[in-house]
Amino acid sequence: MAMNYNAKDEVDGGPPGAPGGTTKTRRPDNTAFKQQRLPAWQPFLTAGTVLPTFFIIGLIFIPIGIGIFVTSNNIREIEIDYTGIEPSSPCNKCLSPVSTPCICTINFTLEKSFEGNVFMYYGLSNFYQNHRRYVKSRDDSQLNGDRSALLNPSKECEPYRRNEDKPIAPCGAIANSMFNDTLELFLVANESDPTLTLIPLKRKGIAWWTDKNVKFRNPPGTESLKERFKDTTNPVNWLKPVYELDPEDEDNNGFINEDFIVWMRTAALPTFRKLYRLIERKNDLHPTLPAGRYYLNITYNYPVHSFDGRKRMILSTVSWMGGKNPFLGIAYITIGSISFLLGVVLLVINHKYRNSNNTADITI
Amino acid sequence: MQRESESTEEPEPPGRRRRRREGRTRTVRSNLLPPPSAEDSVAGATKGERLQRLGCVQHVADNRLKTTKYTLLSFLPKNLFEQFHRLANVYFVFIALLNFVPAVNAFQPGLALAPVLFILAVTAFKDLWEDYSRYRSDHEINHLGCLVFSREEKKYVNRFWKEIHVGDFVRLRCNEIIPADILLLSSSDPDGLCHIETANLDGETNLKRRQVVRGFSELVSEFNPLTFTSVIECEKPNNDLTRFRGCIIHDNGKKAGLYKENLLLRGCTIRNTEAVVGIVIYAGHETKALLNNSGPRYKRSQLERQMNCDVLWCVLLLVCMSLFSAVGHGLWMQRYQDKKALFDVPESDGSSLSPVTAAVYSFLTMIIVLQVLIPISLYVSIEIVKVCQVYFINQDIELYDEETDSQLQCRALNITEDLGQIQYIFSDKTGTLTENKMVFRRCTVSGIEYSHDANAQRLARYQEADSEEEEVPRGGSSQRGSIGSHQSIRILHRSQSTKSYCKKTLGSLLDPTHHVYPFSPQEKDITPDPKLLEKVNECDKYLAISRHQEHPLAQLSPELSDVFDFFIALTICNTVVVTSPDQPRQKASHGVPPRAHDALALLRSPSVVSLPEGDFMSTLSNDSMLFRLEERLGQPTPAIASNGYSSPADSWEPEYPQEPQPKQELRFEAESPDEAALVYAAKAYNCALVDRLHDQVSVELPHLGRLTFELLHTLGFDSIRKRMSVVIRHPLTDEINVYTKGADSVVMDLLLPCSSGQHQNKIRSKTQNYLNLYAMEGLRTLCIAKRVLSKEEYACWLQSHLEAESSVDNREELLFQSAIRLETNLHLLGATGIEDRLQDGVPETITKLRQAGLQIWVLTGDKQETAINIAYACKLLDHDEEVITLNAESQEACAALLDQCLHHVQSRGSYTPEKTESCVNVGFSSLPSLVIDGRSLAYALDKNLEDKFLFLAKQCRSVLCCRSTPLQKSMVVKLVRSKLKAMTLAIGDGANDVSMIQVADVGVGISGQEGMQAVMASDFAVPRFRYLERLLIVHGHWCYSRLANMVLYFFYKNTMFVGLLFWFQFYCGFSASAMIDQWYLIFFNLLFSSLPQLVTGVLDKNVPAHVLLLKPQLYKSGQNREEYRPRAFWLNMVDAAFQSLICFFIPYLAYYDSDVDMFTWGTPITAIALFTFLLHLGIETKTWTWLNWTACVFSIFLFFTVALIYNASCATCYPPSNPYWTMQALLGDPVFYLICLIAPITALLPRWVLEFVSDPFETLSKDCASEASQHTQQPSCSPKTNREPSTVDISVPLREDTVLEDLGAQAPGSSRPDEAVLEACPENSKRKPTSSSQEAPLPSLFNLPSFSSLNWISSLSLVSGLGSVLQLSRSSLQMDKQDGEFLSTPPQPDQDLHGLQGQATDYF
Repeated sequence: MAMNYNAKDEVDGGPPGAPGGTTKTRRPDNTAFKQQRLPAWQPFLTAGTVLPTFFIIGLIFIPIGIGIFVTSNNIREIEIDYTGIEPSSPCNKCLSPVSTPCICTINFTLEKSFEGNVFMYYGLSNFYQNHRRYVKSRDDSQLNGDRSALLNPSKECEPYRRNEDKPIAPCGAIANSMFNDTLELFLVANESDPTLTLIPLKRKGIAWWTDKNVKFRNPPGTESLKERFKDTTNPVNWLKPVYELDPEDEDNNGFINEDFIVWMRTAALPTFRKLYRLIERKNDLHPTLPAGRYYLNITYNYPVHSFDGRKRMILSTVSWMGGKNPFLGIAYITIGSISFLLGVVLLVINHKYRNSNNTADITI
Repeated sequence: MQRESESTEEPEPPGRRRRRREGRTRTVRSNLLPPPSAEDSVAGATKGERLQRLGCVQHVADNRLKTTKYTLLSFLPKNLFEQFHRLANVYFVFIALLNFVPAVNAFQPGLALAPVLFILAVTAFKDLWEDYSRYRSDHEINHLGCLVFSREEKKYVNRFWKEIHVGDFVRLRCNEIIPADILLLSSSDPDGLCHIETANLDGETNLKRRQVVRGFSELVSEFNPLTFTSVIECEKPNNDLTRFRGCIIHDNGKKAGLYKENLLLRGCTIRNTEAVVGIVIYAGHETKALLNNSGPRYKRSQLERQMNCDVLWCVLLLVCMSLFSAVGHGLWMQRYQDKKALFDVPESDGSSLSPVTAAVYSFLTMIIVLQVLIPISLYVSIEIVKVCQVYFINQDIELYDEETDSQLQCRALNITEDLGQIQYIFSDKTGTLTENKMVFRRCTVSGIEYSHDANAQRLARYQEADSEEEEVPRGGSSQRGSIGSHQSIRILHRSQSTKSYCKKTLGSLLDPTHHVYPFSPQEKDITPDPKLLEKVNECDKYLAISRHQEHPLAQLSPELSDVFDFFIALTICNTVVVTSPDQPRQKASHGVPPRAHDALALLRSPSVVSLPEGDFMSTLSNDSMLFRLEERLGQPTPAIASNGYSSPADSWEPEYPQEPQPKQELRFEAESPDEAALVYAAKAYNCALVDRLHDQVSVELPHLGRLTFELLHTLGFDSIRKRMSVVIRHPLTDEINVYTKGADSVVMDLLLPCSSGQHQNKIRSKTQNYLNLYAMEGLRTLCIAKRVLSKEEYACWLQSHLEAESSVDNREELLFQSAIRLETNLHLLGATGIEDRLQDGVPETITKLRQAGLQIWVLTGDKQETAINIAYACKLLDHDEEVITLNAESQEACAALLDQCLHHVQSRGSYTPEKTESCVNVGFSSLPSLVIDGRSLAYALDKNLEDKFLFLAKQCRSVLCCRSTPLQKSMVVKLVRSKLKAMTLAIGDGANDVSMIQVADVGVGISGQEGMQAVMASDFAVPRFRYLERLLIVHGHWCYSRLANMVLYFFYKNTMFVGLLFWFQFYCGFSASAMIDQWYLIFFNLLFSSLPQLVTGVLDKNVPAHVLLLKPQLYKSGQNREEYRPRAFWLNMVDAAFQSLICFFIPYLAYYDSDVDMFTWGTPITAIALFTFLLHLGIETKTWTWLNWTACVFSIFLFFTVALIYNASCATCYPPSNPYWTMQALLGDPVFYLICLIAPITALLPRWVLEFVSDPFETLSKDCASEASQHTQQPSCSPKTNREPSTVDISVPLREDTVLEDLGAQAPGSSRPDEAVLEACPENSKRKPTSSSQEAPLPSLFNLPSFSSLNWISSLSLVSGLGSVLQLSRSSLQMDKQDGEFLSTPPQPDQDLHGLQGQATDYF
């Protein structure tokens, strides 16, 4: 026992090394790992490895870019600004409304018909839905149907937490600022005939499935929605309570109203669009929106002029990669071309350089 | 058992242990006595004092060892307290706490604390684990057992170590480890001796002798602790291992002194002694061993310092970004303040926020959001990487030394990367560059040189097994002989590297009879010089006959008497302990193979000697020279030193029967290898040390038999006196003799005054001359002197000495004085030259390190000449480079010399053709080297001169500081470190290097012959000097490049990540909003992106090892901090900014004006960032092993898994972000994949192109540069410019030289040999016309501005300076000759040289 005493431990004061092993040789193991001799791939940046990579990138990116560009170009999209800032705009009168609600109508023409499902968006510009205090101003528990949160919303909702001693449902600035214009689309059958056909706009199916079914829930209960929300009051800016958002469909009311859900998903950037309605295609024979004149009927409630905001209505078809977006295609083509070009330039340089000095590949 | 023994302990009242508060002493008395009541008279204490003593009893430590830092309770607070000493931790906690302020919070407060807590927890866990292992080792040690005398049982009982108290009596048996500092009271040894091995303490494996306290050794009966009533007074506990003093006061009031020879230190092992008993003086943490435990050192590496600076830059950047954002937010608020913006959230009371307040809030929130910029995991990661690097260095098989079974040890964990940045190496010489295995080479006795040619040649033959046998240069002039051996030494140095190889193979290659010596280590293996051996035998025989006469020595001629005294001094003037192999500690010795025994027996029989020469020679081919030699001398004593014993010439002398076998295999345990070498040398001359007790030394002589000298005193060696002495009573003459052995510089000054006779004077000057010669050959010189004391003188001295010995207070000082009084009026006997061989591979290593751009300075305590020669041998100095020697005797002289040297060096730089004739300018293409001695160094290190000195040294290729003290060594290192801001490495093996090792940025210890002090103080311990090459050039380079790249990568990564957030601020009204989910933001660094960079940081090799070794120039990248310099840092920052722009705006544009929500947009950005990081790392990683791949794949996998789980776990749990199902939705979105593909590639395109364009070009340009530099260096070695080595010796010696008059008289003559020198160099004829300026080189030296302005130097000193110039040029010339260039030159110059030597010897 005494023989194993290792005074070095004591002197070092550190953790003990392998005690006792005096008879064992201290020769380190000759393994690849310990000797740092693991087989390794050494991608030295030489012309032989780099130049092909440039070309390969170019060759891959350019076709992808073209594909995306073409796809994006095939998407039909029309955008109508109805803020009404220009005096000529029919909605100009609604900037300072004489009477509420103010209704204005904008007509536009589709040059080409829109095939397949058409999405109707409303777009806002200069609207900072991503503002930090704005983003925080909500109570997810309340929106999830939690009873206590319904009656006692989170502090984050201040100052839109209570109104006249009643809890606001839904509380917070996001809900309070919900987009509340109503858009209706009419097709002018033909130039001579002024009869208008109302395009059927689907209110459901615009929100994420998980949002509607998991994240947003009405307060539990069997009684009517109005009962369930009875001790709450609607947000200050709202004209009607949350359980009357959709006058047509009882199931689309309360927190699970899809317009509301879409609004609550705060946009990333100050210029954004949000899905408003779906225009489902009827059958394969007729285009969903045939070319022709349309009337956009706007119930103008949402004030954006005061903060230099803009409002738009967008009609768009979709492709496999979503809405119209020329950027990605262009980006791919550009980067592919640059890469290819670099490859060529470097090849030339390298070729010249090699000729003048052959030692280049000897060096590390 | 523990219980039981504790219960026996408890009844003992604690009052037994005594300790005096007043004064600097401690009083110890036996624990076995009843509590003292009346006997206080001894200590002279009053009752009040006693009470006081009782009160402070608990201050005396018991033997419990406790090295743990924490207890269970104190762990948390103490550890946290310690961790908060690190500023970064405080910062991160502050940030996390800021999150609890509602107005500024960015994340969930609990979440924000998570990373900080994680880091703290990791560190705490590490500390806890370390502490636990300390606890375990403590526990183990505390529970070792030993025998302690128990009062109750009246016998020794087994107790645990921790239960030992001061005042206990402990009985230790052989091979037991000493549990505490114990005063030796009794030993089973009849002489009261006890041997201990202190390897555990200082690594020295030789036995040390300890002695029973005086007064107890005379006890006849066995020591009984119960009767011990004395009181011991000694020093307070201190950490000086080499000192202990005190006294023991017996009952009768008698006092006896206690010294370190009486103390057994904790941790040592009892050897060769059956049992000892002692009383515990210091226990536990008061023992000297534990007081020496200073704990591991913390050094901060250069890189880390630089990194901290960059961390500050990051902080600044963070503040700037936050400020910018805050101002932006203020303006934004102002713009929308009264516009009733729908998205503007008023205060909770409904009032709108003022822009200023909003800006302040925004600032604070921004700091929280952007905190990632300061990498929280940086410190932890660096520590992990360093630990792994240390592990790999330790595991490197190339750094493993087979011979000593030791590998490189990293003792400091946190400065590995400094190894890659070293600019200056400060090396010790002895034991570092050399083996520190001393081989006796030559000696001079009574002014006659014995060159030991046979020895030299035999040594030389180790290297050149096929070298033809040379005719033994015998008789004639000893000068000639000295030249011969001089040459052989040169050969020896040149073929250093092959030596060990030859040594190993020789024995097996040659025929069996050669086992006689190839198997034996060289240090024990000495072939005596025949002439000297003859003289020794003559003395011996004569004395054997006349031993019973009254004055036997007086009958001898003075020379023979000197010879006899010389060998007696060699044998006994030391502290060598003789052990025999049958003792337990004997290591497995490589015994003489039976055949060798046979051969020896054969040799011993007289018939062999009488064999005809030729016949016998044919059987012994290679070492026949040896026998021939003896044959010629007609000396039939075949004293062959083999395996450490030399057989006495007993077979020849019938009245002395053959020694018993064990006697012959005596081993000498010496404290220094020099001593051992001398004792072995004496043994080769049949003067063998056979026994050493504390009061007598026995020497065995062939004819005289065993002579036993009464050893009166041993005045040990110390570095101030630089000598040691023994005082003995001579058995033949009954005289009191003092034998002194020491450095020539001191001993020469202590000799009898010159008046003692012309003969003595001559001997002295001759000896001095030989000493110089030895030193020039690189031998270590020692002078041996003797003094005969008359009875009265001795009695007088003895009285004062005893007084000194018994004093407690300043005993050392008094003993020192006493020693100085004794060591005067010495009679010079002779001098020895001991060779210290270079270690294997030293010249190659130095060359490599040089190529790597390292400046190597050698700081040695050795003589200037010795040092210079070693420096030449190890290629530190080059023959065709200029050597500036700086020897000054005063401050002013030093200043003047420095000025001149500087002037000279600078004028050399601005080379002008007019100066071609000057010798100085010959080697203009290479830098000069500087040699400075200790005294000049002391002046040069003065505040006023240090800048000049440094400036001069900076211009020199290498610097050699001789005769420097440990303090000077450390001062030099400190100077270079602080003034040149250079990275320094100090390497050494001995205690004298410790201070230097501690001062340097990196301290390297060599676990060599001189104990472990250097290793204990070092950061890295290497077995051999040559391992330094791989350690620095390979591991240093790797460690530095890995760590530098990792740190840069860290900064890049965090800046890039933060950049993403910052660009977003432009699109969210600078509201400090973050599109990246808080979880990702907080854990990204810690979890997702940390592993690959760690793997790269640990394993990446930017250049493979063999290339690094092949091209040491690559090391310069580390020295110049190429990998991590401000430019690289800022370049990385710019790149990070660019990449973050790309990674932000590609998703921005891709999702512009879409219905994407914040986190569905932020998550792809996070993913892009991850991919970009990995790809970036991929470009930076030069070697991809499967570990790298695994780490990368794991990172990606982890990110997506965590994201998927997190996004599916809870719909409402993580306000304000609502990430529910985001990742799942994204995975179904093709745009996500598209941007994940394009963004990282676009972001890295510039870097990639840059790397490609710069990389091969850069390495190529580097190569070109190195090639170019080689070209510029080449002229120096090409024959065109290879001229006579130039020597500038600017010396101002003022030391009293006894032969100056002689010198002055013959000075004119000394220029004549110089002509010969010139003629010997064929280049000269080419260079200058032989007719006009034959004397040009020398006078041109004096034409130097330096000399012209030295008008205050006396002409005498000038001449002596000239002499040394002569010496140097001569030696360098000889060295040149060895290069083989002058093979064609006729031997005539050689003779001239001898002539010169003959003349020179007379006046030196």
